[in-house]
Amino acid sequence: MTARTLYDKIWDDHVVHQAEDGTCLLYIDRHLVHEVTSPQAFEGLRMTGRKVRAPEKTIAVPDHNVPTTLDRAKGIENEESRIQVDALDKNARDFGVHYYPVSDVRQGIVHIVGPEQGWTLPGMTVVCGDSHTATHGAFGSLAHGIGTSEVEHVLATQTLIQQKSKNMKVEITGKLPHGVTAKDITMTVIGKTGTAGGTGYVIEYCGEAIRDLSMEGRMTVCNMAIEGGARAGLIAPDEKTFEYCMGRPHAPKGAQWEAALAYWKTLFSDEDAHFDKVITIRAEDIAPAVTWGTSPEDVLPITATVPAPTDFKGGKVEAVQRALDYMGLTPGMKLTDIEIDTVFIGSCTNGRIEDLRAAAAILKGKKIKDGMRAMIVPGSGLVRAQAEEEGLADIFKEAGFEWRLAGCSMCLAMNPDQLSEGERCAATSNRNFEGRQGYKGRTHLVSPAMAAAAAVTGKLTDVREMM
Amino acid sequence: MEKFDKLSGIAAPMPLVNIDTDMIIPKVFLKTIKRSGLGANLFDEMRFDRKGNEIADFVLNKPAYREAQILVAGDNFGCGSSREHAPWALADFGIKAIVSTSFADIFFNNCFKNGILPIVLPQEAVDVLMQDAEKGANARMDVDLEAQTVTTSDGEVFHFEVDSFKKHCLMNGLDDIGLTMEKAASIDSYEAKAATSRPWV
Repeated sequence: MTARTLYDKIWDDHVVHQAEDGTCLLYIDRHLVHEVTSPQAFEGLRMTGRKVRAPEKTIAVPDHNVPTTLDRAKGIENEESRIQVDALDKNARDFGVHYYPVSDVRQGIVHIVGPEQGWTLPGMTVVCGDSHTATHGAFGSLAHGIGTSEVEHVLATQTLIQQKSKNMKVEITGKLPHGVTAKDITMTVIGKTGTAGGTGYVIEYCGEAIRDLSMEGRMTVCNMAIEGGARAGLIAPDEKTFEYCMGRPHAPKGAQWEAALAYWKTLFSDEDAHFDKVITIRAEDIAPAVTWGTSPEDVLPITATVPAPTDFKGGKVEAVQRALDYMGLTPGMKLTDIEIDTVFIGSCTNGRIEDLRAAAAILKGKKIKDGMRAMIVPGSGLVRAQAEEEGLADIFKEAGFEWRLAGCSMCLAMNPDQLSEGERCAATSNRNFEGRQGYKGRTHLVSPAMAAAAAVTGKLTDVREMM
Repeated sequence: MEKFDKLSGIAAPMPLVNIDTDMIIPKVFLKTIKRSGLGANLFDEMRFDRKGNEIADFVLNKPAYREAQILVAGDNFGCGSSREHAPWALADFGIKAIVSTSFADIFFNNCFKNGILPIVLPQEAVDVLMQDAEKGANARMDVDLEAQTVTTSDGEVFHFEVDSFKKHCLMNGLDDIGLTMEKAASIDSYEAKAATSRPWV
């Protein structure tokens, strides 16, 4: 048998039908659903009299629109947001899918709830009408975002019409230096490949630095595979993966666990497997990373200075000029001289317990700068509960952070958590696009530790100096 | 879905690279539970000021391009979020084809579900088409999906590649779900097999 990559193996095990031109019908093991990209899909089912083919494999949770303030039980003020969340509630009940409503302690960001509840397991195909579905690739599952028409297709047929992508390997060799995290890895990779570098590929991340990451860290790395343009990011499952999955509410038990484990252990790229593109980065060359522009590829080590448009070529020259104008930055200024008004820690990229621990380690016994607006939004109700149990919440509150309820919040500002015009934010989320966190808001993407450091000093800061 | 065959229309130049889906349709317009009506807010933050007045130098506000049906865009068009609201907004505005050197994966697939043809061409070809688009309303660009060609107003022809299945669906306005449901027996037998080989799923 020819050597296969991890992606090849998962793909092969999910082909329902292959047409002569290579177009495949791929079976979908888990379909995650949130309120923003699903109402039109459910409406489509109603109009055509179709059912959800596999409600037991479909999991719905509201996250984008939900308020994260402590008084959210009183309901959603914005009418359109409320209608969308109510529509999900009705659709989930009408079609009989698994559902975690806002009032459930397990509610949270769909990409944090899925793994937490054991819905996401190695070797699965996982889709959601959300580009950050890539997160679930950390388990060695083939996971990617889809549009609403495809959401309807999966609801109706539990399959997706797909063309196979090419294989890319991103290897991070050696050990990460002190103060450098999963977020810095994934941002550095995008800085190297560009936001279109992964287009047409599924990336498998490997190497010692990836192996050394916790499951939380691996989810952070895969989460931003989409920012590199890839269809999906993957990490081969290992003992850490199995340990994470064991005992989760929807993970297999007993004999089924043993059978699953035996299968999961076959999920790795064969030694001679062919990759169409290989990128190797030495972990020791990675520093705490920060974005300066309005694309996730506009990334530099915190020790660098703001670049000039003339440092670039082609269409990027105009884009950089536009980005610098938008961000209010001057070429040559040190990144560590950029003053910050707001700090946002949370999102499907960095809203897990390990992220909160990293922030707490910096914030312990410190106060945020006067006038700083700082909030921590845990990725799920269970992450929030665990952080309270570990005493992290007290550290955040004493430092001056707002300690919120779970949701997507200021990552994309569909709920009331938004930046105002010109406000500058150090954010642990995944996109620094124009207007992403609020009209004319300015976003610098960083790791949780870097965000915490910026909250204390009021400027983008090399967190290694505070460790 | 509307069929796509041939198109002769005005092409608007948008040379900016990495035009993302937040630019195409900002998140405030994602709160709808409908697919229609989003064209009014296409490129909202680039097209209108905070008071809702048109920004005169934005390409689609210029008299020459108000009726544009084609966009010629910089690299990596449609990157970012999976929101299908982006092609819904483009289609509702009247855009039927987009030319670029590359498209983000999810956006690319979403276009085909909404009667929009995304055309990938090499940089040199996009440069020529961009110049042609700069000519304004008198220059009509022709797109022929059957022949897989784009023709400039000067008659220069560029051939493009397109996946045969996607082409077939777009030309015939086919509904994917209906096509897949014809394969229900294959799905049934896959599920039966998986129930034995991966029962924990």
